[in-house]
Amino acid sequence: MNWPGKGLAKGLAVTFRQMTRRSVTAHYPDALPELPPRTRGVIALIEENCTSCMLCARECPAWCIYIDSHKDVIPATTEGGKDKTRNVLDRFAIDFSLCMYCSICVEACPFDALHWSPEFEYAELDIRELTHEKDRLRDWMWTVPAPVALDPGAEEAKEIGVAEKAAERAAAAQRVVEPVETTTGDLDKLDQPKEGDT
Amino acid sequence: MSETLETVLRLAGVLVAFLLVPLLVGQVEHKAMAHMQGRVGPMYAGAFHGWAQLVADGVKFVQKEDVVPAAADRMVFKIAPAVALVPYLVAMLVIPIGPGLVGQDLDVGLFFVIAVMGVGVVGSLMGGWSSANKFSLLGGIRVAAQLMAYELPFVLAAASVAMAAGTLSLTGIVEAWNPWWLLWQAIAAVVFFVSGLAEVQRPPFDMPVADAEIVFGPYTEYGGLRFALFILAEYAGIVVLSALTAVLFLGGWRGPFEDQLGWLWTLLKTMAVAFVVIWVRVAYPRLREDQLQRLAWQGLVPLALLQLAITAVGAVMTA
Ligand code: SF4
Ligand code: SF4
Repeated sequence: MNWPGKGLAKGLAVTFRQMTRRSVTAHYPDALPELPPRTRGVIALIEENCTSCMLCARECPAWCIYIDSHKDVIPATTEGGKDKTRNVLDRFAIDFSLCMYCSICVEACPFDALHWSPEFEYAELDIRELTHEKDRLRDWMWTVPAPVALDPGAEEAKEIGVAEKAAERAAAAQRVVEPVETTTGDLDKLDQPKEGDT
Repeated sequence: MSETLETVLRLAGVLVAFLLVPLLVGQVEHKAMAHMQGRVGPMYAGAFHGWAQLVADGVKFVQKEDVVPAAADRMVFKIAPAVALVPYLVAMLVIPIGPGLVGQDLDVGLFFVIAVMGVGVVGSLMGGWSSANKFSLLGGIRVAAQLMAYELPFVLAAASVAMAAGTLSLTGIVEAWNPWWLLWQAIAAVVFFVSGLAEVQRPPFDMPVADAEIVFGPYTEYGGLRFALFILAEYAGIVVLSALTAVLFLGGWRGPFEDQLGWLWTLLKTMAVAFVVIWVRVAYPRLREDQLQRLAWQGLVPLALLQLAITAVGAVMTA
């Protein structure tokens, strides 16, 4: 039914109904926000995992990751053996005034040394203080949440596929080997089908 | 002696009401508008739900520098806020709160209030003209055009009540008021309220200050205390309009226990109308200048005339 002023009355009704509902304001400093999983708040670094391979620094489109490292020599343990070298991380810093939170570094790291933390309260009054060194980045690691469960029906992680294939192969080898009943080590069983192929 | 004392008391009461009630309306506007938009409004000033927000605003305004544009007409520019504000104070003087509870009972109270409310608009006009700013000037001209368009239905609607009551005294009108007037004078009430909204330049009739088009209209060049006075005048205007609507059309202090609680009834009705003023602001978009003129001349004036005819017929039949 249409009557004059219906639209006007409707407008009043909508605003009045809204007034009786709870407001949606986030009371931020009084109440912390509920952030979604995988929030990109700040980049945390597990120093122990980092090999100073520089992949992250090279992939970063903003060139805001600074890495200094040197090589330590580990003397050979056996007589006449070769000395080994090891990378030692001297400096790892991210300039968050340049970072665009693209997550390319986190994805590029082959050693899972970089992670996103939901922590976001690190504003500074001076732009130069936004370059955070590895100690601070390491501290943020404690705020990284456990990975969230995959969505139902999502593709499984690559690592799981690789492990499953290995297990299948091992089982197949077992079946081939069983009738012979030679008790060799597990590793040998794994190798056997390969030897047969060649 | 006691007569002088009584006058002083009445004047003091009106002054206190003049300073407090607009603040109350302003605070209600802050909060009601916020909740209508799904926000919470001021929360910090005064610790409890931001009740002291307007006090804090006032302190801020006082601290600001008093700037007068170089090309401005200094005298006019400086007295404009006072011209905008004082008429509402004077209007409040004659609006009755309860039986005998009135600053000064005038025989021609209705006539006086409407005349004085028109003067308040001149303040905006003066501000717009003297600022030497094109936006201010445009705003001032819009104020004038709006005043021309809305004064007529405003007066006609008020005249209808005066005709029904057979008196121009506000106290007399309330005394003559009857609940069935709510129906009889319904059109006049709506016309009066709408044209009153336009007169105090409240949304949806706030094109004189349309901030998306002309910055802040006549008040563009104002800052600090003078600006605060203009804002106070706006809220005092809401109070006067709401109180007048309550007194003329909603029966003022009439209600249960009117002998003891009359003043409370008037205040409640005034606040209810003031709430509608705020409500309308949130619900409707601003009208365009030509739409406003069309609404006034083609909508409200004929309606007011129709109401006058209805009132005349009713008055003759009941007399
Ligand atoms: S998130 Fe992007 S911009 Fe920021 S450090 Fe990593 S790669 Fe660089
Ligand atoms: S890619 Fe990973 S391991 Fe390599 S330097 Fe960056 S953080 Fe370290």
